[in-house]
Amino acid sequence: MDVTITVNGTERKLELDPRVTLLDALRHELGLTGTKKGCDHGQCGACTILVNGRRINSCLALAASHDGDEITTIEGLGTPENMHPLQTAFVTHDGYQCGYCTPGQIMSAEAMLREAAEGWPSYVSKTLDADPTLTDEEIAERMSGNLCRCSAYPRIREAIAAVRDARNATKEAAE
Amino acid sequence: MRPFDYARADTTSDAATRAAAGATFLAGGTNLLDLMKLEVMAPEALVDVTRLDLHEVEATDESGLRIGALVTNSDLANHATVRAHYPVLSRALLSGATVQLRNKATTGGNLLQRTRCPYFYDTAAACNKRDPGTGCAAMEGRNRILAVLGASDHCIATHPSDMAVAMRALGARVVTEGPDGGRELDLGDLYRLPGDTPNIETVLSDGELITAVILPPPPAGAQSYVKVRDRASYAFALVSVAGVVAVEDGRITSANLAFGGLAPMPWRNEAVETALIGKAPSTETFDAAADILLADAKGHGDNDFKIPLARRTLRRALRELCERAA
Repeated sequence: MDVTITVNGTERKLELDPRVTLLDALRHELGLTGTKKGCDHGQCGACTILVNGRRINSCLALAASHDGDEITTIEGLGTPENMHPLQTAFVTHDGYQCGYCTPGQIMSAEAMLREAAEGWPSYVSKTLDADPTLTDEEIAERMSGNLCRCSAYPRIREAIAAVRDARNATKEAAE
Repeated sequence: MRPFDYARADTTSDAATRAAAGATFLAGGTNLLDLMKLEVMAPEALVDVTRLDLHEVEATDESGLRIGALVTNSDLANHATVRAHYPVLSRALLSGATVQLRNKATTGGNLLQRTRCPYFYDTAAACNKRDPGTGCAAMEGRNRILAVLGASDHCIATHPSDMAVAMRALGARVVTEGPDGGRELDLGDLYRLPGDTPNIETVLSDGELITAVILPPPPAGAQSYVKVRDRASYAFALVSVAGVVAVEDGRITSANLAFGGLAPMPWRNEAVETALIGKAPSTETFDAAADILLADAKGHGDNDFKIPLARRTLRRALRELCERAA
């Protein structure tokens, strides 16, 4: 069946079996292998991408069901020549060991920072009516959909906190 | 995954017609696709309902809330009215799954998600829910997460939803449309207990689509969702309590309680609530309510611990609610 999706700003027309997930369409049809297949069941978060600005597990999404949607993958976030601040922070803070979960961690973290900026609460937020402060505990809860088998969690949280601080500083300077 | 035909529904009647002819509804798909990959479910056709106009959260004429069936779990948890007036629902939603899953999962789909019983998922195991008449491997097996209330000799699966537990405590109603028209029913009446047909989980007929959930006006009193689980995040409830409790002059004046992790459906027992009305909050009062809740509780070995855990979780939820409501 015909499916048209916009991936990292470029419209892509695909002819797919209805069974093809967004993850497999990205990796096998479009050659965008930055998005990783971990568990393939929505448990590990390695396949996290943004669809219309929101993070989802691309392994649990049929491409057919996302006809017309806008998709951002790790390739659309940064390049080796022009890294995204989270990519730089993961390098600086050593936020990985094997690196397999890293693209998913970074896609998830970018979405998480945007969600917090929009005022989304989490399960560990003390109140539901105030803008959340991204404490270490908040970052851990909000990133619980991304597993790291090497258990680099302390450094992953450090890297995310560094970008949080940089964005807060930019925001304060603008105010 | 087995091959299937895919069609996108433009109208609810189109969706209902296709489903009545055998297609399975696809909304967020986070549970369905998981089960299809494992071939626990193998529908020959999917009807994608995600483009239907069921994405709105609106105030009702009765000052309640009408939640479209396709509102995502994230959008519902973050909705300003839900956060301000139905915090038990926000908290329950935020306690479930991960942001990635909540961004996809829908209100209707959450209600209809399948059990996470390990034997339902294991196609080599006996399971009366997946394959009627084959038996239940969970009875003598690893049943740590399974039911102690409302189960049968044929199935001890639990309903895994957190959202539905909060909605049950709030007295939610479910709106459907189907080939024979629409109806509105209490959320508690949506589900069927397993009995000897655990494969039939709801009263919905073929082609009947959940289109909305209606919440009554916000209730008086304090609200909370207490969830106990095996790890701090991203785990299903072993026991959960959704509570709405009001206290006046040192006496409990209303109590609405629903329980997750214990039963094949979001569990509510009005006798538990009645036992609390007019009483002063105390451990004895809370224990008397727990006695009623757990009178018919039955463990199967691994899950025996859930019975005392449910008592302690109810005690904690009521103590905190009564303190906040006083």
